[in-house]
Amino acid sequence: MRALAPLRRLARAVESDLWWSFTRSPTVVISALVAVAMIGSAAFAPWVAPHNPFDLATLNLLDAFTPPLWLEGGDPRFPLGTDDQGRDVLSTILYGARISLFVGFCSVLFAMTLGVTIGLVAGYAGGAVDAVLMRIADIKLTFPAILIALLVDGIVRAILPRELHDRIAIWVLIFAIGISNWVPFARTVRGSTMVEKNKEYVMAARVIGLSPARIMWSHVLPNVMGPVLVIATLQLGFAILAEATLSFLGVGVPPTQPSLGTLIRIGNDFLFSGEWWITIFPGAALVVMVLSVNLLGDWLRDALNPKLR
Amino acid sequence: MPLLDVRNLRVEFPTRRGTLVAVDDISFSIEPGEVLGVVGESGAGKSITGAAIIRPDRTARADRRRRDLACDGRRIDNLPPDRMRSVRGREIGAIFQDPLTTLNPLYTIGRQLAETMQTHLGLGAKEARARAIRWLEEVGIPAPAERIDAYPHQFSGGMRQRVVIALALCAEPKLVIADEPTTALDVSIQAQVIALLKRLCRDHGTAVMLITHDMGVIAETADRVAVMYAGRIAEIGPVREVVKHPRHPYTEGLMGSIPPLSHRVRRLAQIEGAMPRLTDIPSGCAFHPRCPRAFDRCRRERPELMATDGPSRAACWLHDRPSRDLALGHAA
Amino acid sequence: MLAFILSRLLQAIPVMLTVSLISFAMFAYVGDPVTIMLGQDYTEAQREALVRELGLDQPFFVQFVEFLENVLRGDFGLSYRLGRPVADLILERLPATLELALTAALLALLVGVPMGVYTGLYRDSWLSRLFLTVSLIGVSLPTFLIGILLILVFAVILGWLPSFGRGETVAIGWWTTGLLTWSGIKALILPAVTLGLYQMTLIMRLVRSEMLEVLRTDYIKFARARGLPDRIVHFGHALKNTLVPVITITGLQLGAIIAFAIVTETVFQWPGMGLLFIQAVANADIPIMAAYLILVALLFVVINLIVDLLYYAVDPRLRSGLAATSGR
Repeated sequence: MRALAPLRRLARAVESDLWWSFTRSPTVVISALVAVAMIGSAAFAPWVAPHNPFDLATLNLLDAFTPPLWLEGGDPRFPLGTDDQGRDVLSTILYGARISLFVGFCSVLFAMTLGVTIGLVAGYAGGAVDAVLMRIADIKLTFPAILIALLVDGIVRAILPRELHDRIAIWVLIFAIGISNWVPFARTVRGSTMVEKNKEYVMAARVIGLSPARIMWSHVLPNVMGPVLVIATLQLGFAILAEATLSFLGVGVPPTQPSLGTLIRIGNDFLFSGEWWITIFPGAALVVMVLSVNLLGDWLRDALNPKLR
Repeated sequence: MPLLDVRNLRVEFPTRRGTLVAVDDISFSIEPGEVLGVVGESGAGKSITGAAIIRPDRTARADRRRRDLACDGRRIDNLPPDRMRSVRGREIGAIFQDPLTTLNPLYTIGRQLAETMQTHLGLGAKEARARAIRWLEEVGIPAPAERIDAYPHQFSGGMRQRVVIALALCAEPKLVIADEPTTALDVSIQAQVIALLKRLCRDHGTAVMLITHDMGVIAETADRVAVMYAGRIAEIGPVREVVKHPRHPYTEGLMGSIPPLSHRVRRLAQIEGAMPRLTDIPSGCAFHPRCPRAFDRCRRERPELMATDGPSRAACWLHDRPSRDLALGHAA
Repeated sequence: MLAFILSRLLQAIPVMLTVSLISFAMFAYVGDPVTIMLGQDYTEAQREALVRELGLDQPFFVQFVEFLENVLRGDFGLSYRLGRPVADLILERLPATLELALTAALLALLVGVPMGVYTGLYRDSWLSRLFLTVSLIGVSLPTFLIGILLILVFAVILGWLPSFGRGETVAIGWWTTGLLTWSGIKALILPAVTLGLYQMTLIMRLVRSEMLEVLRTDYIKFARARGLPDRIVHFGHALKNTLVPVITITGLQLGAIIAFAIVTETVFQWPGMGLLFIQAVANADIPIMAAYLILVALLFVVINLIVDLLYYAVDPRLRSGLAATSGR
C-alpha cells in the first residue's frame, strides 16, 4: 500500500490546477521542453558535445574560421563552424552554457537563501530589527544589481593577486550576483511571515515553547515557498543575463572557463571581418535559454496567483 | 406597462468543472416608481441578476446569456455597446456595495459628479458644478459648496455612500439597481442611508431594484420582494404578504430564522443543509433536498412561478391543486 | 510639505555617509596605493615621502574626515593608472553619459508608455500580441547583445550609422554636446536605442499590468455603470490611476539606465563615465571606482527625492496624510 503513495501523489498532481494550466498553454510547454533540453545538454556537456574545445591537443589551427555547415566551406565535423583557434562553436556553446547555468543557479540559490533568511528574521522579529533590515533593503534597491556586482568583483579583484582571483573567480561572481538580488526574496518572505506570525498555529507553537527558529523553519517557511519559487525562476533569467554581461565586459568568469558571455565578447572582434557565427550562435543560445526561463517564470507566477484564479 | 421587463434571463459561466448556472431562467418586472427587493443568501444569484441588466463589465469573461430584457418598452439586451452606454446612467443607474472602492480616489467628488451630468445631460461645466452642489445638499452632505472639491478618502463611509447615491441619481435615471448598498456600513448609518434612498427615489419617481441579504431592510423599504434561491426565483409578491404569509417553504424557513422582537423563542428555526453548488443544481425543484414538504413531483419537475391563494406567486408544486391532492392523498 | 522634503533629506544623509565610508574603506584597505603609483622600484625615502603626502600615516578616522573634506571640495584624488585628477576625468566624461542616458530614458518613456496603455486596453488585438512577444524577447536580450545586433545591421550591413564614438561634439563651457552636429546625433541613435530598449520593455510591461489591474477595480466598473464614454473611462480615470505607481518605478529605472550605460558605452566605445568605470574595475583603479560610487549614490538619492515629490504631487491621499484604507 505504501508503495502506491507516490503514484497517488503523481495522480493528484496531474489532476491539479497547476498541471491543467501548464498543459493549457503550448508556449509554456515548449519553453519548458526547451529549458529542460538546454539544461540537460549543458549539464552533461562533456558527454554530449561532439568535441572538447578546451583540450589543446585536439585543436588544429588549420580548422580555424570554418563557417557553419550550410555555408560554402562548411565542414560536417563542425556544424556551427569554428572560432579563431579552431574550436568547434557548438561544443563551446555547450560548455559555455554549462558555466552560465551554473553561475545562474548558484547565485539565485545564494540570493534565495540570504533573502529568505533575512525576510524570516525581519518578519518574525519585527520592531527595530525589521526597520533596520528593511532600510538596508531599501538602500540596496536604489542601486542596480549590475553596479553592485561590478563593485564587489572590482574590490575582490583589487585585493587578491591575479592567479588566486582566477581560481575563485566563479565563486566571487556567484557571490556578487547573489548579493545584489536578495531583496525581492526578503521582501516577499517578510510580508508572508508577518501575516503568518499572527495566525493561531504560530501562537500555539510559541505557547508550547518551540524556539523561534524552529517555528520559522517548520511552520512559516512551507507556507511561503510558493511565491519564493516564482521569484526564483524570474531571478534566474536575470542572473544568467547578469553573468553574461559581466563576462562580456571582461570582469566575469576567467578566460579559462568561458561562459556564453565570454564567447560573445571573443566573437565580437570578428564581427566586422565577416565571421559572424562566432558571436551570433552563442548569442542566440543565450537568448533562447533566458527566454524559456522567463516564459516559465511568467507562467508560474500567473498560475500561482490567487487573484487571477 | 412595466418599466423593466425581464424574461427568461439566464447567465452561465463555462468553467473547468462544468457549466456554472448563476441565474437560471428567471422572469420578473418592475413598475415605474416601485421598489422591488431581491433577497436571498450569498450566491443565490442576486448580484449577477443586477449585473446582467446593465453589464458594467466590458470584459465579459466567458459568459453566455439568453435573455429578453426590455426597459420602458424597448429591448436592451441586444443593443450595440455605445447605445447600451447611453442607457447606463441615464435610464438605469447603479449603486454598488463598497463606497470606498467605488469612488476613484484620485478625482474630487465634484469632478466625478460633473462628468456624469455633462455626459448624459449635456450640461456646461458651470451648470454641472452648480447642480452637483445641489445634489450634495439633497443627499445630506454638510457644507456642500466646500466639500465638492474634496477627495473620497476625506469622507466617512456613510458620507461616501451618500455621494455614490448622488452619482447614481444625478443623471436622473428611471431605475436604480442598488446592490447591497448598506452591507459595508455601520448599522447605525445603514438606516440613514436607506431612508435617504427611499426618500430620494420617491421624490424623483425612480424605481429601485434593491438587492440585499438583509430581510429587515427589505421589510422597511420595498414594495414587492423577490426571494431567490440557487439562481431561481422562489417566491415573488408584495412585501407584507411574503413576510407574514410566505408561500414557499424556503421563504418560510428564511422568515423563521429571523429572531422576532415581539416575543422570545427558544431556538431559531434552521433550514437543514446548505444551498447547492451552482455547478450541481438538483433536478426538479432546486430546494427539494432541504424541503420538509417535498414529494415526488418536486424531485422530477422544476416548478415555475405559479399563482397561490394570495397575491404572491411561488415556484412550488404545493400550490398546484392536482399535485397537492395527490401528495396529500399519498400521505394519508 | 516642507517637513516632507526635510525628512527625506535627513534620510539621505546616512546613505551618503555610508557610501562615502565604503568608498573610503576601499581606499584605505584595498591594494597598496604606494606600490601602484610608484611601480616596482622605489627607494624607501620616496615611499615615505609619498606616504606622508597622501596622509597614509594618519589614524583611520582622521583620514576619513580628510577624505570627506576633499570630496566636498570636489577633489577625488588621482587616478592610479592615469595619474590625472579623478575629478577632471569625470567632468570630461559626464556630459557624454548624461546625454546618452537622458535620450535613452526619453525614448523608453515615449514608446513604452503608449505601448503599455494600448496592450492594456486592447489586450486581445493582434497588435497587442505582437507587442507582448517583442517585449518578452526584449526582456530576455542582454543589452550588449542588442548593441551588437544593431551594429551588425545598421553599421556593418547597411552602413547607415556609425558603430563607435560620439561623432563631432561642440563645447559649451565645460559641457560638450553631440546634439548640435549631425554626426553627433547619428552617433547617438544606436547607443540610445540599445540602452533604452530594455527599459522600454520593462515600462511597457509595467504599464500594461497596472492598467489591467486598474481596469478591474470597482471604480472603473462604477464609471462604466454611470454610462461614461470609453474615452473618459480609459484616458481619464484608468490612465491617471495607472500612472501613479509607474512614476516611482520609472524614476528608479533612471538609475538602472545610468548603470547599464556601462555596458552600452563599452559596446559602442562611447567616451562616458561608464567606460571609465569599467576600465577602472579591470585595472583596480580605486580612486575612480570610489568617485564613481559616490557620484552615482548622489544621483540616485536626488532621483529618489524627485520621484517622491512627484508622487506627493499626484496622489491626493498622501497630501492629507491619511492612509486611504481606513474609513473614519
